Amino acid sequence: MESILVLTHADESGSALTKASLEAVTTARELAARLGAELTIGIVAANPQHLSKALQSAAPRLLAVSGEEFAQARFASDAAACEALCRAAMPTIVLAPQSSRFTRVMAAVAHRVGGVIDTHITAIGGAQSVEAARWFYRQRIEAVITRDQRPWFLLLDTGTHAPFVADPSQPHAQPDEIAITAVLPKLRTQVTGFRSPKVDQQTIRPDAKLLFVAGAGWTKKQPDGQTHVEEAANLITQFLSRSGASLGSSKSLVDQGGEGQSVLPFLTHLNQVGQTGSTPRHPKGLATCCHGEEPHVVGWRFIGERRAVSLDPNCGWTRGKADVVYIADAFAVIERVNALLGKKE
Amino acid sequence: MPQPLQIVVCAGIVPDPLQTLEPATSPSGPAIKNEMVLPAVLDPWAASALYEAAALAAKNPSKLYLVSLGPKAKLQQVMMTVAQKVAFELVPIDGPIGGFPDAHSTSAILADTIAAIPGLDRTRLLVFGGWESASRGAGVTLQLVGERLGITDQFQGVDAITLRDDGSFEVLERVEGGKHQVSICAGPPAVLGWATGNLPEPRNNPQIGMSNMRTMMPALQRAKTTALDSTTLRYVSVSLPKQQRETRIEKNMTPDSIAAELVAWIGKDS
Repeated sequence: MESILVLTHADESGSALTKASLEAVTTARELAARLGAELTIGIVAANPQHLSKALQSAAPRLLAVSGEEFAQARFASDAAACEALCRAAMPTIVLAPQSSRFTRVMAAVAHRVGGVIDTHITAIGGAQSVEAARWFYRQRIEAVITRDQRPWFLLLDTGTHAPFVADPSQPHAQPDEIAITAVLPKLRTQVTGFRSPKVDQQTIRPDAKLLFVAGAGWTKKQPDGQTHVEEAANLITQFLSRSGASLGSSKSLVDQGGEGQSVLPFLTHLNQVGQTGSTPRHPKGLATCCHGEEPHVVGWRFIGERRAVSLDPNCGWTRGKADVVYIADAFAVIERVNALLGKKE
Repeated sequence: MPQPLQIVVCAGIVPDPLQTLEPATSPSGPAIKNEMVLPAVLDPWAASALYEAAALAAKNPSKLYLVSLGPKAKLQQVMMTVAQKVAFELVPIDGPIGGFPDAHSTSAILADTIAAIPGLDRTRLLVFGGWESASRGAGVTLQLVGERLGITDQFQGVDAITLRDDGSFEVLERVEGGKHQVSICAGPPAVLGWATGNLPEPRNNPQIGMSNMRTMMPALQRAKTTALDSTTLRYVSVSLPKQQRETRIEKNMTPDSIAAELVAWIGKDS
């Protein structure tokens, strides 16, 4: 019989579990129910006592590694904590969120406990066995995989399940919490803080309902034969401010900065979606001035409703990929969209 | 002045991103149809790692190795271009191409190869690579290489490294919400899985290419042939996504009517 350990961690504040951790708990509960497996939850945090309330009714057993060393997201301490939780729970399947914190360490943990790992899991199914779905070649090919070796670690992509919500009226409302001691190696790394890109405003908003993708067309010559980079920057920042959208960009636009061309001042490589960028999950996506496979196929794989504004009626990449394509000048359209959104404020 | 470093960059080769990919079945499992004849490039994130390593070596005299696993002929083809960008010593491994082999097998071969580099001083070692590949995209291989080499300071999603005079270095790692986590590491050894970094692709320099080629061709001829075994990973299915959308193309709407439609769409709960 399988036994499942789901690993969770606190957010930057240390006062709550991350949303991705709670999503992993949902996945683990569903899998445990289907397999009739024993479920244990592991927590890595400086002070897990504050966090276990969010896990009321989630599982009969909570294991926690605590201490100030675990307030920081750092390879050496996090790997030691997760290893200790795995050795205490002795699971056959380990689920964890694909967060930056756990992505940094989980393969090493799997190796330490003689296990194997697969990452970016988008779904777990299978009738008689556990089968995991993931993408290859930057979201171009989908595969379903399975393994016989245990423990099998699965890192779950965020946004694929609803976060777990505690229900004090259910069984296991007060699970047993067991403190686990992790043996730390000499810590040679100190996390000193966080740094946001040098921009006027934060343009990456993972929880936004809309992803706005700006393509290279914004900085190209317009019908008057001139570029209008400053105007483009103003239109885009105003749109982001009024719509609450997250900003993505095509690689070609971000690369222009490195090549010394005019570029939108608030764009960094962190905004890039596609082949060498991110593949974000938002309910809606609006692409403007984009051409090519990167924004429309790779970067948009997990976008729900997709619309595009483009001057090219023959752009083959949008056909079959976007729901609606408006053949129009994005400068004119976004200016009017901003005006309408401004009236609503 | 920090001590000279030994930087090992692990970089695979992948099909050119502009190619259309189609899965196929080979005797050893899933593969990409005609993968051997598709144009290939150095894995983009690993290429960032290579360029960042070269920039670091230029500021702080260091030995730079490029460890790459792939079919010998394909490696030679890709290296003809890469060799013109930055100076390095190639450590090739003749093996299968593609994203479907198990990362655990790949990491074992890479770790053994790095450990066997003559004269490698592990106390000055930085292992670089892409934080994910453009083929498997798991973000696992480099971490397992570090673990197998006994390196307990690892960083993933790295965009910058700054060496300090006392031998320590500052690292910026990507974390959620478009931010970087800032860490100070006491010094090598360490593993750094790079995101895009901040450097543009270096221009081709024929002189660097000639210099690299002098050692590269003999290294390719000597490359050990290896197989990647996985007794535990099984593919239940491998397929292209089937979802095809009915695209409505609006050629005759005015900007005003498009804007009205977009605002209504943005405000609607999906």
